[in-house]
Amino acid sequence: MISFALTEEQTQVRDTLLSFATSELATRARSADEARLSPSELLDTAWSLGFTALSIPEDCGGGGAPRSLVTSALMLEALGYGCAGLASAAFASMLFVNPLIDLGSEEQRLRYLPEFCGEKRRAASLALHEGAPAFDPARMATRAMRDGKGWVLTGTKRLVPMGEHASRLLVLARASDAPGLAGIRAFIVDSDATGVTIARDSGTLGLTAAGFARVELAQVRVPADDVLGDGEGADIRPLLASLRIGGAALAVGLARAVIDFAIPYAKERVAFGEPIARKQSIAFMLADMHIECEAMRWMVWKAAAEADAGRDAAKASVLAQDYVNRHAVRIADDGLQIFGGHGYIRDLPPEMWLRNMRVLTSHDAIAAA
Amino acid sequence: MSGFSAALRAHIERAREWGRNEVRPAGLEADRNAAPLPADHPYFAKFVDFRRRHPSPAEDDTISEGSAVRMAVLNEENAYWDRGMGVAAPGPGLPAAIVAALGTPEQRERFLGPFRGAKEPRWGSFALTEPGGGSDTAAFRTRAIRTDRGYVLRGSKCFIGNAARADWVLIQANLDPEKGRAGQRAFFVEHGNPGMTGIKIEKKMGLRAYESVSFILEDCEVPHENLLGGEQPARTSQSSAYGATMGSLNTTRVGVAASAVGLARSAYDETLDIAKQSGSIKSARVRDRLEAMRRRLRAAWLMTLRAAWKADEKIPNIVDASMAKVFAAETAHELATVGMEIVGLEAGAGDCLVEKLFRDAKALNIVEGTGQIQRIIIARNLVGLPR
Ligand SMILES: Cc1cc2nc3c(=O)[nH]c(=O)nc-3n(C[C@H](O)[C@H](O)[C@H](O)COP(=O)(O)OP(=O)(O)OC[C@H]3O[C@@H](n4cnc5c(N)ncnc54)[C@H](O)[C@@H]3O)c2cc1C
Repeated sequence: MISFALTEEQTQVRDTLLSFATSELATRARSADEARLSPSELLDTAWSLGFTALSIPEDCGGGGAPRSLVTSALMLEALGYGCAGLASAAFASMLFVNPLIDLGSEEQRLRYLPEFCGEKRRAASLALHEGAPAFDPARMATRAMRDGKGWVLTGTKRLVPMGEHASRLLVLARASDAPGLAGIRAFIVDSDATGVTIARDSGTLGLTAAGFARVELAQVRVPADDVLGDGEGADIRPLLASLRIGGAALAVGLARAVIDFAIPYAKERVAFGEPIARKQSIAFMLADMHIECEAMRWMVWKAAAEADAGRDAAKASVLAQDYVNRHAVRIADDGLQIFGGHGYIRDLPPEMWLRNMRVLTSHDAIAAA
Repeated sequence: MSGFSAALRAHIERAREWGRNEVRPAGLEADRNAAPLPADHPYFAKFVDFRRRHPSPAEDDTISEGSAVRMAVLNEENAYWDRGMGVAAPGPGLPAAIVAALGTPEQRERFLGPFRGAKEPRWGSFALTEPGGGSDTAAFRTRAIRTDRGYVLRGSKCFIGNAARADWVLIQANLDPEKGRAGQRAFFVEHGNPGMTGIKIEKKMGLRAYESVSFILEDCEVPHENLLGGEQPARTSQSSAYGATMGSLNTTRVGVAASAVGLARSAYDETLDIAKQSGSIKSARVRDRLEAMRRRLRAAWLMTLRAAWKADEKIPNIVDASMAKVFAAETAHELATVGMEIVGLEAGAGDCLVEKLFRDAKALNIVEGTGQIQRIIIARNLVGLPR
């Protein structure tokens, strides 16, 4: 049976995060964008909401709530509504924690997850992207070579959110000659380990509050049992599906924020004797923005629901991400256009949203095209 | 259709060298500092010197092309290196043509004279847009009131290019609101006039190399001689300040279109370079998209040149100019947007020119009539769309 209804818990989670997003994230978005930094008191507040530990198993000290990608998508959409850059910083640890919950061995969970259940904020992150234009497993240059029983990692990772602050990283690397994604594994790497160098990436365009870093791995030794999963390590395809869904959900939230900000302006701003919302070229623009945003959202939910139902969400997640990558920038662009010259000035959010959206949806845009 | 004359090509070549060596680095410096280069920055003195040694193509009799084509070609080349620095360039700027056409002989001497052979950088500026609206030029609220000593201006203006450093700002104000648009005239407000207050240099998404200034006119007094065209009340709409403004936009729109093409070409070249370096050019998808970019760039340039050529031939070009303006502006934005996808992470993660071009390009569909306004002009002529 098909249903678009949310459970009571999902509604609650979404509402909590939506109010956090509007009161805490949206209000700090501009200053964080300019400072290219997330304020630590905000990161503390975000941590105190307890979402990082929510789905960590009880025997590791967490909330034990079942993992659901639909719930994750709802959370990220709510956060993206406030500020995608700050959200990426405030919840970067989840990029480490959730894959451990989903794919980690029993022993890895017990070893690494309890530290994320305390009151004190713990930063961790995911090192996925490289210098290449798109995430292309065939071209992943970071290698994990066998070394006795363990591994040696070499390569350069880019756009690691909160990379400078992370104490642990989940690093994706090519571990065998198996073709495509089958040869990729995820490794748990201590950011203090010998050979790891982390430096701020100099990006200026968008999501500047996310604290993107470049991570150099020079002959970094990783013990055999720190390959994510049991034995030879887990297939990382479900992880990639969840990342696609999460990124797309953030973009849906951001798109929704653009529309909700543009509508009242269009109804108030008068040109040629009437509000510009009464001009068809503006009214239709808003209608199209609304249509596309809804389409994006249902594509994302569908992919998330596939995963939650235990089915392979790879295809659905690619479709959702591709669709979002194609349409979300247009929404942000039209949002700015409706504000005319005022949209181009760094006082109002539309120009910031367009920059953020461009970065959020550039990754893999060509691969998906 | 034929190629450009050798004389014009020589100007392009010189602009290219100047652009590569001077304009591009200055534009990047301003963007990194997130502020316009100060008026006493060495770039501007160098620019003045360059202009003294190499007069602008507008004054070169050996060029066979008309003035609109010359301007389009040079704007395209200049914007290739940095659109923001093009607007920041010293000179009387946009209002020069209006002052030349409508100013009294004394005004032409007083306000344009100092720019001829100037040894120091100096600027002029033109203020139409108000916080309450820029598209609806008839609804401007800035008032001019005649007094014994001259005129008093009241109102506010926003996003005005080079207004804080300009020797004078030509300000559109309504002297006779009963007459609506026909009551609008233009007034010279000179630098340092205490009635021009609340001067704020806006922080923009891109085009950070030039000042966009918002200010208030608080009982701003100017002498009678500062009314453009003199005291004689305007009789025909052609001689009113409004008519002059709208008339002049036929070539200025083409000029903006040409700048957009230059910016787009820059985005294309940079994307292609990065695609070659990173090896992504080997992907058929990437090659297809680059090819589509190249075609669109060419269409935009041809459309722009034709609108310019028509102006030179004195063939009405309202629709052509609007088409070129909106198509070229959207081409620049599109190419930078797609370019960002092709260069991918580099664009978002580091100092990459395409990233800057993406921020710069967006403004071009807003200034000199937004994309919506251009379409209205086109549709009005095409299918009689009412105002
Ligand atoms: C970088 C930059 C530099 C600038 N430099 C100058 C300068 O030097 N001098 C100067 O005078 N001004 C300047 N401007 C201002 C610019 O000309 C105005 O921003 C522009 O005319 C639009 O006016 P607005 O911003 O008030 O938007 P509005 O007029 O309020 O328009 C808002 C939105 O409504 C749309 N719209 C308006 N009317 C209609 C309609 N009838 N039908 C459908 N849609 C409609 C517009 O397209 C736009 O999307 C500059 C602006 C920028 C961004």
